Amino acid sequence: MKTDAAVQKSTESKKKNSFKRSSRQRAKASLFAQGEPMIWLTGGGLVVSLMMIAGLMTLIVINGINTLWPKPVDLFVTYDNKPYMGEITRVEHFNPAKSELHQHQEKVNSDAVAYFEKHNGIAKRMLVRTGNFDLSGEHYNWVNEYDVREHTTPEQACVVERTSWGRFYGFPSAFLYNGEVIAQDDNQIWETFNKHHKEVRKRWRTQRKLETHEIGKINFYEEKERLKLREKELKFGIESEQWNTQNDHFKSFHARSQSAYEDIRTEINSLKEENDKYKIRFTTADNKEKIIPLADIVRMYPANSLTFFDRMNIYLSRWHEFLFDEPREANSEGGVFPAIFGTVVMTVIMSLAVVPFGVMAALYLREYAKGGLVVSTIRISINNLAGVPSIVFGVFGLGFFCYMVGASIDDIFFAARLPNPTFGKGGILWASMTLALMTLPVVIVATEEALSAVPNSMREGSYACGAGKWQTIWRIVLPRAMPGIMTGMILAMARGAGEVAPLMLVGAVKLAPELPVDGMFPFVHLERSFMHLGFHIYDLGFQSQNSEAAKPMVFTTTLLLITIVFILNMLAVKLRRKLRKKFVSAKF
Amino acid sequence: MKNKPGLRKGNFFESIAKGERIVTETHAEINNEDITLDVKEFNLFYGAKQALFDINIKIPKGKVTSLIGPSGCGKSTLLRSVNRINDLLSIVRIEGNMYLNDDPIYDPAVDVIELRKRMGMVFQKPNPFPMTIFENVVYPLRIDGERNKNVLAEVCEKSLRGAALWEEVKDRLNDSALAISGGQQQRLCIARAIAAEPEVLLMDEPCSALDPIATNKIEDLIDAMRGEYTILMVTHNMQQAARTSDYTAFMYLGRLIEYGPTGTIFQAPHCQETSDYVTGRFG
Ligand SMILES: Nc1ncnc2c1ncn2[C@@H]1O[C@H](COP(=O)(O)OP(=O)(O)O)[C@@H](O)[C@H]1O
Ligand SMILES: [Mg+2]
Repeated sequence: MKTDAAVQKSTESKKKNSFKRSSRQRAKASLFAQGEPMIWLTGGGLVVSLMMIAGLMTLIVINGINTLWPKPVDLFVTYDNKPYMGEITRVEHFNPAKSELHQHQEKVNSDAVAYFEKHNGIAKRMLVRTGNFDLSGEHYNWVNEYDVREHTTPEQACVVERTSWGRFYGFPSAFLYNGEVIAQDDNQIWETFNKHHKEVRKRWRTQRKLETHEIGKINFYEEKERLKLREKELKFGIESEQWNTQNDHFKSFHARSQSAYEDIRTEINSLKEENDKYKIRFTTADNKEKIIPLADIVRMYPANSLTFFDRMNIYLSRWHEFLFDEPREANSEGGVFPAIFGTVVMTVIMSLAVVPFGVMAALYLREYAKGGLVVSTIRISINNLAGVPSIVFGVFGLGFFCYMVGASIDDIFFAARLPNPTFGKGGILWASMTLALMTLPVVIVATEEALSAVPNSMREGSYACGAGKWQTIWRIVLPRAMPGIMTGMILAMARGAGEVAPLMLVGAVKLAPELPVDGMFPFVHLERSFMHLGFHIYDLGFQSQNSEAAKPMVFTTTLLLITIVFILNMLAVKLRRKLRKKFVSAKF
Repeated sequence: MKNKPGLRKGNFFESIAKGERIVTETHAEINNEDITLDVKEFNLFYGAKQALFDINIKIPKGKVTSLIGPSGCGKSTLLRSVNRINDLLSIVRIEGNMYLNDDPIYDPAVDVIELRKRMGMVFQKPNPFPMTIFENVVYPLRIDGERNKNVLAEVCEKSLRGAALWEEVKDRLNDSALAISGGQQQRLCIARAIAAEPEVLLMDEPCSALDPIATNKIEDLIDAMRGEYTILMVTHNMQQAARTSDYTAFMYLGRLIEYGPTGTIFQAPHCQETSDYVTGRFG
């Protein structure tokens, strides 16, 4: 008050006694004082990060979406009369050496010389997916444009996706039934193909199912019986009374499963026999003949005479296969369903494990611990844990979960199966636990923050009602902190779902034929190895034999992984919004 | 201004400055009342800093007693000592004792949680819990493990009626308590505080965060609760104390200066300092 009055007085007196301005003038507001450059600087930072994100996403989305779109088939014939037929996967420009140019001059084609003159010495080359690995030993071939004498897109050229050997490109020449030609001209062949393909594939799928599921089931249950017998042996000794009863039981069980096995085998054989009757004969571009059983053909289409809707159909059917089928051809073809399943299950188990532990730890730190040196040391350690490279967690998980905890579980519960490990190796449970450990700091920090954001007045209100400490925490503090805890969970999920390095050590594998959840008792098999989209990406990109074919799938798989993480996050965000509405928003 | 005749000339301010002990001017009318809460020789320290000095006060049963005094004089501290909410702060140390219907409040043998169940408290800022209106009201019963739906519903209605809120929220008991207005929230907090039928109801400036209309409603409510509940209320607002309370205690710098019937305190206080404060000469 006083100072205000004093200031007022002095300004008044100034007004009164001078038109002279004081010699000391205030500096003009500089550009920096106004903050104009800062707007540009901060805005620029934002733009750069946005552009990076947008660029990455565009790359992934465009490539991911394009991969499965059916391309036309091109036929190149070079000057030395070699035909290359297939899909163009990549185009490059390069600067061929002078010596190579001279070679070509010496050789037949003078057109090549003209080509070079026209293009200033820069040449184009195409990576053509020629397929037919079983015949040529190559999946891809580089074709230089200046080598090409003739370029056509033959109407009858046909792309065949098969269960093994990769793609096949050729011209169908006959449809065989029981070794006899029943269709020869193009239309007839397609007609017969469309007529029989579905049922043949259906039989093939039934056969696969019998081979994997049914026979797997028999093996599974027989193995169980065998383990029971072994258990008795370990417990009571061989030839003991208990062992004998079990052995008799085992023998009768074995006999029964043996006959069941025989039945299934007969069924499989009859299916196979029926399917073996249908075959298609092809001629390749270099005039070789190839007979492919219809059952091996996943998809076949005349790539150059497709309408837009045909293409769309193939595209969608490929997406369907990609999402819901198992991989084939060393993962470079087929679907990624096991990997999707493994990723989701692992992320869910991880969240279920990390949230309770993280919340409990944070509750102790925030609500019970008295503070002081020990607690701050613990806090710093937890924060540092977040900076430990994830592979270190993988090593720890392998050593601790697999080799210590898992091996102990094996010793106690699965002794009969030793020396084969059950839990004493990588598996989805240990992978989830390892990632839970890795993401624990995120959850603890977020929860602590959420807990400290709960107004003290609420705690006091609860105590004033006669509530105890735990009642207050359970009924007031936790619900109110729940949205913040969910934030922690979302961050943990996003980090965990995208993590690959530690998984390689604790259970993610290239190919896991058995899902961690299936129809065989006890239905959930947490000890099993599993496939994971992140690991799948790594495997496709860097471990694949047919890496050119696998590479485009990297983008598609990445797109899928991002989508899954996004969906999981959206679900969590939705849940959080619901909780926030219920517990936090206070409108006056 | 000249001292009015009959005023006690203790010159408290000088004594306080000298660190002398203050003897509260307690009016004789208190002695005719039934006493619910009896504070005896109570001192409280926040660490090394003493916040309450030799407080002696008897809170009469079924009456509204208000604590007035300038900001920072220890009103809230005294109130929060009654239900031992201050115990949650580790730096707090006390001397002396209080008695709730002759049961000691500060005693190693006392179960603090049981003790708090015998009291209700309403805070300065409405603090409804993040749950439904219904669950807010029956919270004290819930923590006692009450599950009988009929009992809960009955208590909920009774308490909400007691807090003059029933008519406004009876159709949306299952809505979030955070969605109603501030004044309604404060009445909800009152309903919650009276749900377990407390022996004493503590209110710490219950209207200071509310608009005048909501304030009026709460004041009417307090008026209506007179006789049924023993209310100890802190207020910053002297008109409010004058309007709503039967007895008024004036605190200053951690000391209880004068305590008597509200009419006397405002019209003819025994102490010069009280007179100065209620006439607005300082504070
Ligand atoms: N948590 C605390 N820690 C330390 N000092 C406190 C604390 N709470 C209140 N005090 C001090 O105790 C004195 C009384 O405070 P308070 O009871 O809140 O006053 P009033 O409610 O009358 O305004 C004040 O001087 C204040 O600074
Ligand atoms: Mg206060």
